[in-house]
Amino acid sequence: MRLEYFHLIDRVEAVDPTAGTIRASAQVPVQSTIFEGHFPGYPILPGVLMIESMAQTGGNLVLVLENFQRMPFLAQIEQAKLRRFVEPGTALTISASLVHLGSGYAVTQGRVESPSGLVAEAGIRFRTLPFPSEETRELMMVHARRLGLEPPMRT
Amino acid sequence: MQETFNAVADIISETCNIDREKIRPESHTINDLGIDSLDFLDVTFAIDKRFGIKMPIEKWMQEINEGKGSVDDYFILNNLCTRIEELKAAKPA
Repeated sequence: MRLEYFHLIDRVEAVDPTAGTIRASAQVPVQSTIFEGHFPGYPILPGVLMIESMAQTGGNLVLVLENFQRMPFLAQIEQAKLRRFVEPGTALTISASLVHLGSGYAVTQGRVESPSGLVAEAGIRFRTLPFPSEETRELMMVHARRLGLEPPMRT
Repeated sequence: MQETFNAVADIISETCNIDREKIRPESHTINDLGIDSLDFLDVTFAIDKRFGIKMPIEKWMQEINEGKGSVDDYFILNNLCTRIEELKAAKPA
């Protein structure tokens, strides 16, 4: 995780467009200014960042399924459950599965797991829109490659 | 057609918290029922799931923007239900 860049996942470990699934990894940093405030003397990863990690993982799945022709934007969070505290230095696995790829939207189900077990889960819905510019699309593809994806197969 | 309308009206009522009695075939989803884009996303998902279809909202919006159809052609419930019927009929068996 590069919290200062709002990059909540480090690497996409597996993606299966046919099955509509993706699995990513993320190492919670040992130190971050976020932990100075959340909470003083008792650092734990904020729940909203767990939600965001599921949104970024599901968003990458949607990017692949849309062949990087449309950009997903977080639109709705459903039945989010934050089950465990996550301490600095924890290795997380974040996965998402496609529930439905609609016209102009996508629905995914996300999970965050730590070595201790299930940490968080939520239904994540996205609006999908054309990229605001070709430059943004290219920058998103550069970031996707950094995560281990291989976009796109066709343009 | 009545069955489709009833299902869509039930979905809208439940999803958008609108009195079922206020939802009529001639209702406009935006102008009369006041459904905003985020609620319409929920309605679309529920309709897609209920009928096993994929409503081509993006294509419809493009057609509206290109002047090939009016908003009413797509978003008055009667017209919306007709299009849902067409999508159901076009589904592979």
